[in-house]
Amino acid sequence: MSAITRRRALGAAASAAAGLAAGRALTAPVPAQAAAPAPARPAHHDGPAPFDEVYQGRRIQGRPVHGGGHHEGHGGYAVTVDGAELHVMRNADATWISVVNHYEPFADPRAVARAAVRDLNGARLVPLELG
Amino acid sequence: MTVRKNQAVLTTAEKRRFTDAVLELKRTGQYDTFVTTHNAFIMGDTDDGDRVGHRSPSFLPWHRRFLLQFEQALQAIDPEVALPYWDWSADRTTRSALWAPDFLGGTGRASDGRVMDGPFAAAGNRWRISVRVDGRDYLRRSLGAGGRQLPTRAEVDSVLAMATYDTAPWNSASDGFRNHLEGWRGVNLHNRVHVWVGGQMGTGVSPNDPVFWLHHAFVDKLWADWQARHPGSPYLPAAGTPDVVDLDDTMRPWNDTTPADMLDHTRHYTFDTAA
Repeated sequence: MSAITRRRALGAAASAAAGLAAGRALTAPVPAQAAAPAPARPAHHDGPAPFDEVYQGRRIQGRPVHGGGHHEGHGGYAVTVDGAELHVMRNADATWISVVNHYEPFADPRAVARAAVRDLNGARLVPLELG
Repeated sequence: MTVRKNQAVLTTAEKRRFTDAVLELKRTGQYDTFVTTHNAFIMGDTDDGDRVGHRSPSFLPWHRRFLLQFEQALQAIDPEVALPYWDWSADRTTRSALWAPDFLGGTGRASDGRVMDGPFAAAGNRWRISVRVDGRDYLRRSLGAGGRQLPTRAEVDSVLAMATYDTAPWNSASDGFRNHLEGWRGVNLHNRVHVWVGGQMGTGVSPNDPVFWLHHAFVDKLWADWQARHPGSPYLPAAGTPDVVDLDDTMRPWNDTTPADMLDHTRHYTFDTAA
């Protein structure tokens, strides 16, 4: 019944993780965009800025990703919690959700990552665990 | 003919037969295939790409077909079982009989969200969460956490009053009945209920909580109620829409069922009250 769709999901998770592993080291946290008078976005990325912080004892990181068609449908952005992929998705109105908080949109990927940390309550993320 | 009843009117014996059939489906491994399928669509359905199960017009016929398949799997175990529905606009508190130990069990404990009573509590050793996105293998809930409120009947009626099924761009930004029922826009019905339950119900692997089926059986009934109120309003879009399931397009993963096939629920089941 679900062979194709499951392969799709697992493949997506695997390619996302591979993309992160191959990426360069994340840069220092950037100032929150909320301080700016206009929501100016970097010209080379159509999405939110990267972030890297410790929130409630967990390291959360986010950065735009490009190439690899999979991410284009999900907002071109990758988020990790303690290095593990958090599957995120951009909504049409530019709000964000994750697989941990799938039915509650947040303003940006950092807010989604923080919400995931609160829900995880210390638990580790796994790509998609079966059995 | 299958009759889907309001969970609030089930007898003790009906509750027992339902939960026993669900537990048996879990034991055989079939239950988890439903969780896997749902999560695959949750992760794959996107506003600007191919979308079938969620954030699209086929949200309603897709879940109708998904619930039918689940109900048929239960009936292969016990032919007397039908999916009950949870009218969350009426049974709005954690004191509802829905959450009693003889049915679904209650909310999770404060420390880790673990459900401690009922047939699906981890301590019963019959409900290990196998398809999961984090390390926790026990059922979790946080019913109404943070003072969240379930939708009211007036909010439901405001959505049922919308005469247009769905509108371009056929996604989470759409106006119309489907997206307001799904909850990405407006008063927020379906999505809000997932968040109110919390635990796995708030995640992509939400069918890990058996209340998923009772929630979606009521969302499905609201579609039937809407059809009865707007008999002249068709499923939309009709044809030729990229990335979207038109009326006569087949839906993944079955590839043998179209939204048109799913419009008349009475071919498969009726409700205990007139739709």
